[in-house]
Amino acid sequence: MTLLWLITVLLAGGALSWLLGSPLLGSLLFGSSLLGRANTRLPRWIALATLLLAGGMLVEIWHGGPLPGRSWYAEVALPWIPRFGIGLQLGLDGLSLLMVALTVVLGIVAVLASGDEIKHRHGFYHFNVLWMVAGVIGVFTAFDLFLFYFFWEVMLIPAYLLIAVWGAEQRQRAAMQFFVFTQSSGLLMLLSFLVLVYAHHAVTGVVTFNYFALLGTQFAPALAQWAMVGLVIAFLVKLPGVPFHTWLPDAYTQAPTGGSILLAGIMSKTGAYGLLRFVVPMFPEASRTLHWPMMLLGALGVVYGGMLAFAQSDVKRLVAYSSLSHMGFVLLGIFAWNELALQGAVLQMVAHGVSIAALFVIVGVLAQRVGSREVSRMSGVWAAAPKLGAMGLIVLVATLGMPGFGNFVAEFMVLLGTFKVSVAVVVVAGAGLVLAALYALSLMQRAFQGPPGNTVIADIGVAQLTLLLSLIAALVYLGVHPQPVFDLWAPTLSELSARVPGL
Amino acid sequence: MTQLDFQAIAPLVVVATLATLLTVLISLWRHHLTTMVVTLLGFVLALMTLPDVAQLAPHRLGTMLVVDRFAVFVMALVLLSSIVTVLLSYANLKNRPTNPAEFYVLLSTATLGALTLAAATHFAMVLLGLETLSMSLYALIAYPIQGRRPLEAALKYLVLSGVASATLLFGVALLFVESGQLGFAPATWSPSFVPGVFYFLGVALFLGGVAFKLSLAPFHMWTPDVYEGAPAPVAGFLATVAKAALFAVLLRYVITSGVLGNHGVMLALTVFAILSVLVGNLLALLQESLKRVLAYSSIGHFGYVLLGLLVTVPAGTALATETTLVYLAGYVVMSLLAFGVVELVSNDVQADREPAVQDIDGLFWRRPWLATGFALALLSLAGMPLTLGFIAKFYLFSAGVQTSSWPMLWALVIGSAIGAFYYLRLIYAMTRLHDRAAAATPVVAALSLAGTATFVLGVLVLALGLYPTPLINEAQHAAIEEPMGYVSLRSEQKAQRSEQDAQRSEQEETQRSEGAKTQRDDTNVQRSESLASPTLLARRMDNESKTR
Repeated sequence: MTLLWLITVLLAGGALSWLLGSPLLGSLLFGSSLLGRANTRLPRWIALATLLLAGGMLVEIWHGGPLPGRSWYAEVALPWIPRFGIGLQLGLDGLSLLMVALTVVLGIVAVLASGDEIKHRHGFYHFNVLWMVAGVIGVFTAFDLFLFYFFWEVMLIPAYLLIAVWGAEQRQRAAMQFFVFTQSSGLLMLLSFLVLVYAHHAVTGVVTFNYFALLGTQFAPALAQWAMVGLVIAFLVKLPGVPFHTWLPDAYTQAPTGGSILLAGIMSKTGAYGLLRFVVPMFPEASRTLHWPMMLLGALGVVYGGMLAFAQSDVKRLVAYSSLSHMGFVLLGIFAWNELALQGAVLQMVAHGVSIAALFVIVGVLAQRVGSREVSRMSGVWAAAPKLGAMGLIVLVATLGMPGFGNFVAEFMVLLGTFKVSVAVVVVAGAGLVLAALYALSLMQRAFQGPPGNTVIADIGVAQLTLLLSLIAALVYLGVHPQPVFDLWAPTLSELSARVPGL
Repeated sequence: MTQLDFQAIAPLVVVATLATLLTVLISLWRHHLTTMVVTLLGFVLALMTLPDVAQLAPHRLGTMLVVDRFAVFVMALVLLSSIVTVLLSYANLKNRPTNPAEFYVLLSTATLGALTLAAATHFAMVLLGLETLSMSLYALIAYPIQGRRPLEAALKYLVLSGVASATLLFGVALLFVESGQLGFAPATWSPSFVPGVFYFLGVALFLGGVAFKLSLAPFHMWTPDVYEGAPAPVAGFLATVAKAALFAVLLRYVITSGVLGNHGVMLALTVFAILSVLVGNLLALLQESLKRVLAYSSIGHFGYVLLGLLVTVPAGTALATETTLVYLAGYVVMSLLAFGVVELVSNDVQADREPAVQDIDGLFWRRPWLATGFALALLSLAGMPLTLGFIAKFYLFSAGVQTSSWPMLWALVIGSAIGAFYYLRLIYAMTRLHDRAAAATPVVAALSLAGTATFVLGVLVLALGLYPTPLINEAQHAAIEEPMGYVSLRSEQKAQRSEQDAQRSEQEETQRSEGAKTQRDDTNVQRSESLASPTLLARRMDNESKTR
């Protein structure tokens, strides 16, 4: 039940910060003199407290250890819509726990990072952040296909609003593109789920959306192929994988910093999670046939994202494309079809989440202080803001895959795993690493070094410095001692490899 | 008619009495609030009779009406919509110089027509109900008589709907020429009946008339103009009550007559449905007026539900009624919510124009509750989870996959993807930061009748979206009573089939079919005494002797 409470707490916290942040109720409670302060500060504190509470609950679940005799940490099973065998089935295994922890941490980062940038409707902003976090946690813990789809779509609305209300100048287009892409691909996912359910029904005579009940179903190969393609498209759109990435640069760029962190840091992981949780174990044979196409798409994403990132003059867009490049490694790792690469892919999900959050914090601060996202308008930032410069250097270096940071270990493991399968793909994807160095260091040079610009830029304060240092510390920890991550989801991995032949 | 018969049609009796009572009342004492309260009480009373009526169901009143659970379900939808319409109209009428009293009489007669349609199994009843409904609607649309738009809309509706009624009537006449009867279950269940060209012409004209009233493409042209011109509550009534009742007729006709077995009919209806999905969703993209967006969206939604009907009917009656009724209920609730918000918004707009997208600019910051309600309605119409619209759409998807109807599913996916655009456009407009938004008054006139009704609808959309089981249960039990004779044909088929493997248990089989036949004969005689036409009786006897 703790799991259900975890989500409820976030939803309630969101509603509370909206209510107390709204002009009407806020003024009733605090009087008009305090209104200004209460409206801006209070929702933020509520959001932070809620996320910390959720984090505390998660730590408690984690410390409680797995349920007796199982590898699961928590489970909820309640009936919901009996007509279709739909249940409120939530579960937390190692992989889910890892992802939920990442979500809560990045939620906190998003709230902390969106201090000055959000200038209006603070209550509603934090409501959206918390509901999005709740939706993503729902996705990571749902073990009923209907419930999964439910959360998958529910997290879209706050994400849409984050872009549409607090976004930059092109927000309408970006928000619309994002929503329509993900919503219509979501319909394909629903369709695939239904195909799955009724195929199961045809064999057993039972209509159920329960993940575990459907897991072992044997499907006609053609049916399995089509159902899987629907799922793969839906997940690739979120990931995003190369042909379905066109919404990404606009959405990541136009969103406010907090929104970008949530979109790139955790929402993109739901796509990878879906591939791992649904596509591979449910269609072992059918997804095996996608082994090559997906590996190629992954490698293509790495190179293509890197090349486009290099060509950008807008810092946020650059970071957005770098994210496309790094998520290519995840796709590659999942479909290289061996344990080593899979370990790398999951570590990459975590490391990329942390590093992209740090990167968005830095470019967010940079763009805000310079007053433009154009790299050409920035020059010599280091001289004016040495702390920001130092943080920027460290995070960029981590992103490009320097040993000692989590990203390096993850990408190296993915490449090592892929090497067993195909050297050619490794050569192509390896080129992405070179490109990463190119775009990251050129950003460093163009923005931070060079002659100081005309504008005087304030350096970052202690709060932001602490935030960035903690993220860097996490990256270093993942880089030198990634074993806890592997241990945490090892039971999930062994279940997966037991189910999928040849893994 | 026995007392039981009266009990079975209690809602009709109550609403008919209400109409009469209102006529008397307003001739004696013209008081707006009293008239409104009496109307409201009448509708609520009619609604309260429904649980008892459901206990009686299925109950036949000759061949004219059948009060089955399906009819009760549709009646509940109709009455709920009428109640909401009353609540929405009150403020609207109060602000107009027109005398408001007759509006409620017209509303109750329109409701009476819709209730009749929900239970009609006979073409005469369909025409009666349809004309009662349409005649009242002409006047309701034109009610704000000082305005130019309502008059234009009413005239348009009068002419076009008149043509449609005539077409429908002609179709019915042709059916009568062929089969010699006016019941829904035509002679198709009689093996001796060979449908001729008039039969199919009749079916085509009848379905064309129904498609017009349901505003299915390509008979949709009148919809946006009429919705735009009519007062928002009446437009809401037109979009929900009129359509739900007509759809009930269509569903009942299609199921009891088995016309979908004909490829031509199936093809034509499929074309209507897919065209409606495309036309409705594509043209909604281009609209600026809120009512026009809702009008086109309603065309699209009836395309969806017709698709749902077409794929499920061949797979089984129970699936068909369940799927379409859940969709219909979802559609009715969310449309009423949307029209309710439009009505509340139009109070802010100058009288000489209709509320457009620009009027909801920054609505989220000016009137957050109202905007949340509209956002909920739009998300529901777009089929997003958390809302009733999602459950409805889920049902269609589920039915499509269950029956492996891939073209229908593609139409659904494409329609929904286009739909997301224009619903979202409205939501975006509401979240836009505007100068007007800053100078907004946060005070909401939520305590008005219309505000309360809208609020309740919003809660309903959310509550049933999260926990749809009550609705699903009702829809599952809302079976359509099979027409007389249909049962006997089925058992005859069964008997024929069993003759083939009679070697297994010849004796028992004969006994059983004998028993069934005598029982059936009894009921048939009873009914044919009072109702069936001589031709029908002759056919049936002919039929019986053949099977013997």
